[in-house]
Amino acid sequence: MTPTASSATAPVRTTFDVQKVRRDFPILSERVHGKPLVYLDSANTSQKPQAVLDAMDDYYRHANANIHRATHLLSERATALYEGARAKAAAFINAPDTRSIVLTRGTTDGINLVAQSYGRSTLRAGDEVLISWLEHHSNIVPWQLLCEQTGAVLRVVPINAAGEIDLEQFAALLSPRTRIVSMSHVSNALGTVNPVREITEQAHARGAVVLIDGAQAVPHLVVDVQSLDCDFYVFSSHKMFGPTGVGVLYGRASLLEAMPPYQGGGDMIASVTFEKTLYNVVPYKFEAGTPNIGGVVGFGAAVDYLMTIDRDAAHAHEDAVLEYATARVREIPGSRIIGEARQKTGVLSFLLEGVHPHDAGTILDNEGVAVRTGQHCAQPVMDRYGITATIRASLGIYNTREEIDVLIDALERVREVFA
Amino acid sequence: MSDLSDLYQEVILDHNKRPRNFRTIESPSHRAEGYNPLCGDRLNLYVQVEGDVIRDVAFQGSGCAISKASASLMTDAVKGRTVEEARALFARFHHVVTTPPAEPVEDLGKLSVLAGVREFPVRVKCASLAWHTLKAALARESRTSTE
Repeated sequence: MTPTASSATAPVRTTFDVQKVRRDFPILSERVHGKPLVYLDSANTSQKPQAVLDAMDDYYRHANANIHRATHLLSERATALYEGARAKAAAFINAPDTRSIVLTRGTTDGINLVAQSYGRSTLRAGDEVLISWLEHHSNIVPWQLLCEQTGAVLRVVPINAAGEIDLEQFAALLSPRTRIVSMSHVSNALGTVNPVREITEQAHARGAVVLIDGAQAVPHLVVDVQSLDCDFYVFSSHKMFGPTGVGVLYGRASLLEAMPPYQGGGDMIASVTFEKTLYNVVPYKFEAGTPNIGGVVGFGAAVDYLMTIDRDAAHAHEDAVLEYATARVREIPGSRIIGEARQKTGVLSFLLEGVHPHDAGTILDNEGVAVRTGQHCAQPVMDRYGITATIRASLGIYNTREEIDVLIDALERVREVFA
Repeated sequence: MSDLSDLYQEVILDHNKRPRNFRTIESPSHRAEGYNPLCGDRLNLYVQVEGDVIRDVAFQGSGCAISKASASLMTDAVKGRTVEEARALFARFHHVVTTPPAEPVEDLGKLSVLAGVREFPVRVKCASLAWHTLKAALARESRTSTE
């Protein structure tokens, strides 16, 4: 096996064939409760293609060793695979270089890193952190912790009835005290695509740094961090067809250089004595301890997999399925769609009159349809609509209109039970 | 394969639609709030204990059919019983909803309609939320959670 050249040669598919894509994901032929699996929970976690499973298996069979430290061949292979995945991640989001790519445990880890390293070392009492009403708990709680520690103040931009960030309110809430603006690229609860370029531009004009939570964006949209001009961009491997436990923090190199370490340990140091420890250079300064090497290798394969797909065509396919699902759910008597932003991707949140989402989830599961029901780690979004939960059908590149038909039939079954 | 009709029996659907004792009690002797963070279910339980007898019990809140029906059935089942009897009934009910589906369980009358949750492990918390809340109320804890 040649650890570095596993990708690159595969041709980009110039059209999008969803049936061919489905064959790449072994789990999609699974049966649940005796029915074919209809997986509509990719915003929770995506399924993994054979290429990702193979890459991780190959790694453990042929290259497993610790990275950056041993002189033997396996360690060289492991290091090449690990650093290769970092380079793939950089190319995937068009980062200027690999120094700006910190490999993390996931989106939550990335946000906490920025809050505790950048935030804690720069914020003073009375400074402000600005988030939106749409955020996942992971883009709320780390800032609340930071505010408690520093005396900074958390401000929240409201959303309109459609589930879009109110840009007038955003402009009004930006103040000379705003130090950090942290917003999702795509809302996990409603699917709203936020105008992050515009948000970044306005925040920069007021001197704030900008973090974009891209967890729900990278599986659907082509992301270019240089074009967005954000200071930090975070995402998770497991929502973009890679394994769990791995994520990326992109940071502007000048900011990463100036930031103190987040955690101490092996690999993040240049030299250690009891008097003085010198830290390693970025990005290694932020990667304490032996990382999830096998997971990072799988993540690299997931990037390769996405790179072989015509992503514009895939996105057009997903949009068409979402549009179809929206229209079909809207036809159901007593249905109410939560979140009707003009720009949406991948997520359909809704309610059925007289049916608690949790009951719907059990009945859908019995019909083979996997959705998420509940508050989606976004309790403020639920509060905004005066509800406690929704039924959320979320899409990946492998979902089809036929699967939406199965969902609609299963929802009919839900209505029968609660007639 | 789990059978949905075991879970959503007529009695459960009826108690979901027309919950019994779905009201408040003015200045109850005991009260507690139950919360299931998994599904966002919230339940306010009011209990009027005189001597050691539960004279009245009522609830309000929002939740799935299983949690609402279970709360409704529970209020009917414990009204008029002593606090000790109610606690013992909870233990027996808990045993019924957590015993593996293949094994026999005792007949608890109307409460036995909830035995169907045994086939749906993630729903056991929905069926037991009201009971945990009752236990907390009787122990004078102000808030309980099934997590």
